[in-house]
Amino acid sequence: MKSTPAQRIGALVLRHYYLFRGSWPRILEMAYWPTVNMLVWGLVSQFLAESSNWVARSGGVFIAAVLLWDVLFRGNLGVALAFLEEMWSRNLGQLFVSPLRPIELVAAMLVMSLLRTTVGILPAALLAIPFFDFSIFKLGWPLLAFYANLLFFGGVMGLGVSSLVLRFGLGAESLAWVLIFALAPISCVYYPISVLPDWIQPLAWALPPTHVFEGLRAAMMDGRFDTSHFLAALGLNVLYAAGATILFLSVFQVARKKGLLLNVGE
Amino acid sequence: MTSLPPAVQVQNLVKCFGATHAVDHISFSVPNGGCVALLGGNGAGKTTTLSILLGLLVPDEGTVEVLGEDMIAHRWRVLNRINFSSPYVDLPHRLTVRENLTVYARLFGLADAKARIESLALDFGVADHLDKPTGRLSSGQRTRVALAKALLNDPDLLLLDEPTASLDPDTADWVRTHLETWRAKSGAAMLIASHNMAEVERLADSALILKQGKIVEAGTPKSLIERHGRANLEEVFLHVMRSPELTS
Repeated sequence: MKSTPAQRIGALVLRHYYLFRGSWPRILEMAYWPTVNMLVWGLVSQFLAESSNWVARSGGVFIAAVLLWDVLFRGNLGVALAFLEEMWSRNLGQLFVSPLRPIELVAAMLVMSLLRTTVGILPAALLAIPFFDFSIFKLGWPLLAFYANLLFFGGVMGLGVSSLVLRFGLGAESLAWVLIFALAPISCVYYPISVLPDWIQPLAWALPPTHVFEGLRAAMMDGRFDTSHFLAALGLNVLYAAGATILFLSVFQVARKKGLLLNVGE
Repeated sequence: MTSLPPAVQVQNLVKCFGATHAVDHISFSVPNGGCVALLGGNGAGKTTTLSILLGLLVPDEGTVEVLGEDMIAHRWRVLNRINFSSPYVDLPHRLTVRENLTVYARLFGLADAKARIESLALDFGVADHLDKPTGRLSSGQRTRVALAKALLNDPDLLLLDEPTASLDPDTADWVRTHLETWRAKSGAAMLIASHNMAEVERLADSALILKQGKIVEAGTPKSLIERHGRANLEEVFLHVMRSPELTS
C-alpha cells in the first residue's frame, strides 16, 4: 500500500471538489465579481467609444483586459484560498503526517487555481458575447498563451502569500486579496506601458503581466501575436515560480523548526 | 535472522523554544508491538515529543528513528506506515465524514477505500454519521472519526495525543477496548500521550513521566506503583509532579 504523487495530488483536488460540491454560494461567488467587472467595463467602453477614436478602434480591449486581469486575480486567490482552507480547518498537521509532500500540496493548489479560475471567468467571458457583442475567444490561440501566463503568475503570487501566511499566521491572510493589487498599476492592464514614468518602466517590464497585457493590445489592435512578449512572460514566470517554490519550501522547513504546522487555525 | 529495530528509538532529544526547554535530553524506545505512554502535566513536553516523532517538528539535538528510518532526514519513507490522532488538529468541518475519510484513504493509497471506511465507521460507531458534515458531529463523535482516520492505513505505529479526552466514560472505555483489540490483532506499536492514568494503566506496557521536558520516571505502571508505594498510577503521578526533587 503506497500512494503515488498523482494519487495524493488528486486526493487534495478531490477535497476541494467536495468543499465546492457542498456549497453553491461558493461557486456563484467565484463567477460573481468577474461578471460584475465585465459588465462595468463593457458599459464604460461603450460610453468612451462614442468620444474616443482610440477606444472605438480597439473595441473590446477593456473587456478583454478586465477578464484577463481577473484571471490573474483568481489565479492568485485559487492558490492562496486552497492553502487558507487547510489553515482555517486546522488540517495542515493531518496532511503532513500523511505521505503528502509539500511540493505535491503546491501542485494541488495550482490545479485548484486552474479550476477555480476557469469556473469563475468562463461565465463572464460567455456573457460578454450577447451583452457587448464581444467574444474574447476570437483571439484564438493567443488567448491560451495570455491565460496560461496570467494564471501561472497568479498562482506564483498565491504561493508567495501562502508562504507568508504559513510563516506569520492567519493575521497575514488578507494579503491573499490585497497584495496582487499592488501590481495592478505597473502591470499596465488598461493602458500601454508608455503611460508610466520612465523610471518605473524597467520594473514594469520585469513583471509577466505587463508583457501579457502589451501582447493583448498588440493582438487586438494590430492583429498580431507578439512572440517576444509571450517568451518574456514565460521566462519571467519560470523565474518567479522557482523563487516562490523555494520560498514556500524554505518556510515549510522554518515551520517544522518552530512548530507552526500544529499551531494553526481559527 | 536479523531482529527488527524498535518501532521508535529516541536518543538525547532536545527541543527549545527560545529560552524554554520543551524537551530536554530525553531518550526512550517503543518496542515493536509495544505500547508506551507519555505522562506529564501541561507543558511537560508530551505533544512536542509526539510532534517530533511525526516529523512535524525538527529537534535541535538528538536522533529519532521510527520503524528503522531516520525521521529527521527520511520521514517520507515511513509516513505511509504511521498515523496519529491529536486534539491539536482537525478534519475539515464542511466535508462529510465519508468525504474526509475518502481523501485520507487516497492520500495513503488504500486499494479498497470504500470498504475500509465502512468497516472502520462500523467499528467506531459512526456508520450512521458517514454522510453528515464533520462539523455537525458532537466532540465525542469527532474524536471517534479522528481515530477511524488514524487507523485507515492500518499503521505499524500509532501515535495518540489524548485519545479519549472528550469522550464520556462509557465511550472512552469502548474506544480503549477497541484500541486494545486492534493492537493485539495488528501487532502494531502505540505511543500515547495522556492525562488519564486509568487509561495508561490499562493500555500501556510502560510509562514515562515527563516534567519540564525531562523524563523523571519510567517503568511499567505496576513497577511505578510499587516503587512509590502508592495505590494507583494517578497517585504516583501526583507524587512525582509535586516532588521538587524529582526534576531530572
